[in-house]
Amino acid sequence: MDRRRRALTPAQRAARAATVAIPVAFLAVFFAWPLGAILHRSLVDGSLDLPVDVLTASSTREIAWFTFWQATVSTVLTLLAGLPLAWALARFSFRGRSLVEALVLVPFVLPTIVVATAFLALLPDGVERSIWAILLAHVFFNVAVVVRVVGAFWAGLDERLWDAAASLGAGPGQRQLRLTVPLLAPALASAASIVFLFCFTSFGVIVVLGGIRYSTLETEIYNQAARFFDLRTAAALALLQLAAVAAVVVVSGRLERRLGGARRPGRSAPGPTGRRRVAVYGIVLTSVALLLLPPIALVLRSLRVGDGYGLDHFASLFDETPALLVTPWHAVLNSLLFATAAALIALAVGIPAAFAVARGTRGVDALLMLPLGASAVMLGFGFLLAFADPPLDLRSSVAIVPLAQALVATPFVVRSLAPALRARDPRLPDAAAVLGASPARVRREIELPLLARPLAVAASLAFAVAVGEFGATVFVAQADRPTVPVAIFRFLGRPGADNVGSAMALCVVLMALVTVVALVSQRALARGAR
Amino acid sequence: MLNQHKRCPAHVLAAVVVAVSATLLLAGCGGGGGSTPDEVVLVTHDSFAVSKGVKAAFERESGLKLRILQGGDANEMLNRALLTAGDPQGDVIFGIDDSILSRALDGDLLEEYRSPELSALQPDFSSPDPHVTPIDHGEVCLNYDRAWFASHRIPPPRALSDLVKARYHDLLVVENPVTSSPGLAFLLATVATFGDRWQAYWRALRANGVLAVDGWEEAYTQEFSGAAGSPGKRPIVVSYASSPAAEVIFASKPPATAPTVAVEDGCYRQVEYAGVLEGARNEKGAKELIDFMLSRRFQADVPGSMFVYPVRQGVPLPEEFVKHALVPKHPLSLPAAEIDANRDRWLAAWTDVVVR
Repeated sequence: MDRRRRALTPAQRAARAATVAIPVAFLAVFFAWPLGAILHRSLVDGSLDLPVDVLTASSTREIAWFTFWQATVSTVLTLLAGLPLAWALARFSFRGRSLVEALVLVPFVLPTIVVATAFLALLPDGVERSIWAILLAHVFFNVAVVVRVVGAFWAGLDERLWDAAASLGAGPGQRQLRLTVPLLAPALASAASIVFLFCFTSFGVIVVLGGIRYSTLETEIYNQAARFFDLRTAAALALLQLAAVAAVVVVSGRLERRLGGARRPGRSAPGPTGRRRVAVYGIVLTSVALLLLPPIALVLRSLRVGDGYGLDHFASLFDETPALLVTPWHAVLNSLLFATAAALIALAVGIPAAFAVARGTRGVDALLMLPLGASAVMLGFGFLLAFADPPLDLRSSVAIVPLAQALVATPFVVRSLAPALRARDPRLPDAAAVLGASPARVRREIELPLLARPLAVAASLAFAVAVGEFGATVFVAQADRPTVPVAIFRFLGRPGADNVGSAMALCVVLMALVTVVALVSQRALARGAR
Repeated sequence: MLNQHKRCPAHVLAAVVVAVSATLLLAGCGGGGGSTPDEVVLVTHDSFAVSKGVKAAFERESGLKLRILQGGDANEMLNRALLTAGDPQGDVIFGIDDSILSRALDGDLLEEYRSPELSALQPDFSSPDPHVTPIDHGEVCLNYDRAWFASHRIPPPRALSDLVKARYHDLLVVENPVTSSPGLAFLLATVATFGDRWQAYWRALRANGVLAVDGWEEAYTQEFSGAAGSPGKRPIVVSYASSPAAEVIFASKPPATAPTVAVEDGCYRQVEYAGVLEGARNEKGAKELIDFMLSRRFQADVPGSMFVYPVRQGVPLPEEFVKHALVPKHPLSLPAAEIDANRDRWLAAWTDVVVR
């Protein structure tokens, strides 16, 4: 109602149109076009050849069912594992909180092959190469999404609601069920749908930790397209996967539509007291210990030299190696450069999209989620076909790397920002305006401080996703410009202790990189907002 | 002062948009696509490597910049090339092996080229199909963990037929031939050795506890006990004839004897070929690159960078290879046409016997 009062100026109207046009144009060029090109090539041979037989085959049904249930169970387990930590981080302040927030991101960026190595070393015999290994690894990888997406939203909820409920006689269980869950529903749905899509389209975890007995739609598409070159079957399965993903996005969009609670800015979280203190520290310490177990195993391996320990593998990152055309150190620089560019692209596309989504144009969000659910290999093949000629002769240019990474990173920007934007209390800017503040001052002193935290989350998630991205990057990166995950992959592909050592050292560098970037972006944005 | 730190969302947005457009523009102009006559583009697989000095020598002598595009194993590389046949990503493709050769030849992918250097090759390699040029050969062999067998007082395996014996129960790890190139080579080795009885052999291997994993990385670096730093527990793996030498070269303190041993029996030869891609933008440069790959300089670099063997006559092997690596005298091989006619059937049968 409040919006109808004032007519939009042409500039405002143009800005609104841009919030939709920018993300749609980005997707049209870098997603729809290449995917359309490969589907056309696969399914149209003179006339359209609908692959009905592939879709109705019993093997397809089995694979689709396994894909669905492992993703569902993984998502539920990830939510259960992530929520306590999200609560502790969002509701309380304590020493080392921002460090914990940054550390949570570490698993998210580790290349699968590396985590798999650590898991295989940690898991007892019999659990490795089983469904349990798959589920555990999915939880480990994705818990960051729950902690960060739900946490950023939870931090903005008004904690007096719980006090009010308690004073009205609601017990702890009832408060969680009747108050917390409905209030968090938008963020929960948002995080759950991202986790589900990641597990639904998971590739490395399935093939490495599951062994060769398990296949999901994604691994089967890869086999059919890249290995058997049966594009028709691959395209049929890719369409099935895309349809499933679209359904998930629509359903989660429905769930999210339930409104979040009023937000109360300007008060920092309290330190925990009494029994809560024990709970908070217990949760934080347990979660961090579990999350850090595999990374610590990697750090120890990176320091292992012969029968003793030393920094030799880190020193050798500056030496030339037959595994790469450049020194490993250059890969670190490449990663920084590419991931920064990718994060900037993701922000440039994601920020306008988040405003559009918050205003109610939900289709933008649904569209941006689709690349997460598309088969990486089919999209990669599409890039080869679509971007072959000027002016978009990108397939052999370095620009393709950050663009491919941005495609995967953008949904995280939107998902981090949109719930916070949507839950802004419209009365606050109005109140400030009534008190005589200029529109610019309202934005500067009311809106930006409220958005600083979700913006920091968005930027660091986008960077983390881009810097850890492997599937698309290895497909498009050039040999003399490897990123860190690509370099790790090349080292692990060769026998010898020094190669394994260099790979482990690069993993440690990658983990450090993400932790530092997450910390710095949090600090910088917190300072800018003060 | 404080105010200077403050930015409103609109300004942030504008700044980001400008930065990104600038990045894109720069990348678009600088990275420029395709090959122009002053460069030659090599399309190859993940295992390709060349020493920096050797690459620089080619660039200096030819006046061309060498750009290298890598992606996937040999089979995946070939499929990408088939996808873009006629409008290729590069000028030369390298890494096609015998097991996929006939698919490359059927696909109208390659132009004929007979390098003048062919006459300098070992007799085994000097008369290939006119569309391809052999560049190196490598042998897929069983490797075992020397220390494990010594400490368990069990004689190490000497032949493929040993592996079904009870004393080797739960000791062998292999790669899935559907997803791995050494895995396929090992399957072909069993077909070449046992003929029609190869499925029975694999059934016996399964009963004897063979572990099949997705790729060489998992098999060698995670399941094989003999690889340095591996958490693995199985002392026999399918790897390469050159792997023991790699264990010495990349060891923190090079040992006097290699920790692993390659078994002579059952080694399968993979020859890797290069070819000029049909529709190459720099055909002349492509031919120069292939000639260079047969030159003494490149051939001598091949063992140290890719752990395979040269095809040119009289190219000495590095010392570690002479001491520790195996050069199989009578490696197994199958005709490319026979592989092509049966590959899919064999893979399906293998999956039925070993996985289901």
